[in-house]
Amino acid sequence: MSRTLYDLIGLAAGVAFILALKGLSHPKTARRGNLIGAFGATLATLVVFFYTNPGSSLPLNNLGWILGAMLVGLAVGVPAARKVQMTQMPQLVALFNGVGGGAAALVAIVEYLHLGAEATTAEVIFTVFTVIVGCVSFSGSIITFLKLQELMTTRPVIFPAGRFIIAATLASVIGVGGWVVTALGTTPLLVLAALSLLFGVLFVLPVGGADVPIVISLLNAFTGLTVAASGYVLDSVLLIIAGTLVGASGTILTRLMAEAMGRSLFGTLFGAFTAKPQEATGTGEERPVRSGSPDDVAILLNYARRVVIVPGFGLAVAQAQHTVRELADMMIAKGIDVAYGIHPVAGRMPGHMNVLLAEANVPYEQLAEMDEVNPTFGQTDVAIVIGANDVVNPAAKTSPGCPIYGMPILEVNNAANIIFLKRSMRPGFAGIENELLYDPKTMLLFGDAKASLTKVVSALKAL
Amino acid sequence: MEPMAIVSIFVLAVFVGFEVVSKVSSTLHTPLMSGANAIHGVILVGAIIVADHSSTNLELGLSVVAIILATINMVGGFVVTDRMLEMFKGKKK
Repeated sequence: MSRTLYDLIGLAAGVAFILALKGLSHPKTARRGNLIGAFGATLATLVVFFYTNPGSSLPLNNLGWILGAMLVGLAVGVPAARKVQMTQMPQLVALFNGVGGGAAALVAIVEYLHLGAEATTAEVIFTVFTVIVGCVSFSGSIITFLKLQELMTTRPVIFPAGRFIIAATLASVIGVGGWVVTALGTTPLLVLAALSLLFGVLFVLPVGGADVPIVISLLNAFTGLTVAASGYVLDSVLLIIAGTLVGASGTILTRLMAEAMGRSLFGTLFGAFTAKPQEATGTGEERPVRSGSPDDVAILLNYARRVVIVPGFGLAVAQAQHTVRELADMMIAKGIDVAYGIHPVAGRMPGHMNVLLAEANVPYEQLAEMDEVNPTFGQTDVAIVIGANDVVNPAAKTSPGCPIYGMPILEVNNAANIIFLKRSMRPGFAGIENELLYDPKTMLLFGDAKASLTKVVSALKAL
Repeated sequence: MEPMAIVSIFVLAVFVGFEVVSKVSSTLHTPLMSGANAIHGVILVGAIIVADHSSTNLELGLSVVAIILATINMVGGFVVTDRMLEMFKGKKK
């Protein structure tokens, strides 16, 4: 295949990626967009097998190894993506992003070993960039995965003199990067990779709570840029286009997500450098709360005219989406006006709740976005908060200095009655006490969301 | 390739990337992130290229790992995005 044809097909794949991102930005075209992207990627992968690089011949060298490795990748990736539960989606995306970053760093290292002394300074600089950012993306994504999977604490991890250690690591990463450019050689590059991996860990550890998805999105954009930089070294227009597209759109997406959560992108980016040990939340003293039984909840619901359901991560954990729909259908049958109030960042990722409720076939019209539902809480008799906490915490409005201050919330505090379905009094993902739990018009129903909802459903049936 | 051509491609791609996602409802943030994540899996192409011209066992070994990781990123990414979006079907506004 001629170089021109090869590049043209690469360009076609690049266009497919643009159309994919465009499609993914609108609900109607999203699925098609994703398929166009998959088509572009398949095309780009196939065409490599038919292009003869200068000084080599077809079939590709090491063809058996290449195909074998792809089969292993398929055997791991497809079942993981097929079988993952909706609740674990965010961490899987983080993991996929991490391995992509790792792949980009490895490609850069191999090309560097291969070029040896022939590498131009520009190529070495791009290699250094790819190794640093790819390694940071890899180790950082692994940490976000561990946090989301709750294999480690979800709170920000802040250690003494943390920011100095982080700054020192960053400085040495940059220093060693300079060493690679001037001295060349394998050892400096491996030191660089190791330091970058360490920096990725340190960079993500102090991030906690609602910022984790923002960091995943940011690392995703980083990985895109590493792919673009490898494109320069490998002389591939396609990799440059695809990587840059992901880098740019990922940056915008990160900003949009940060805005939806009322966080500044800058604050999230440099959170690692500015993080201070948080003050202990709450005074530690026991305060009275009103806890109720499933029957109390059922009675309250039975005599309501309007009920708003506010789902959160607890719903996802308990897999209670089907049960909540059953409850909603029963209430609708009784003539109660029911809506779901969806906070844009409820759950562990934007749109998480929409995906879950869509899985349970909740009609789209019943899902109300925050701006739609907030003005109606004044006329709402009961707001049922299912496993959500931070997204309804009035502290976001009233206490400057708390980690979620400025985040728009669902104003359930305006409803006549509030029911919280909670596993325990443990604070939400952001680790902040919620005053609403102690409000006299709040009733708490402790237990697993699904079990509690099932009890409420049967109590409501019995009425 | 000409350095100027590369810079031009890069700058134009940055603006295209900014433009295509400038207005996205928060519902689609997760699938969009996941889809973009799958797209950077095309680093697989780079991994195959370096595997092709590997001249030592070390180079080949590292590129094989890179191919495995990149395939997981690309294929897994598109499949998981499709699964997310499958759930939105028939529920258009």
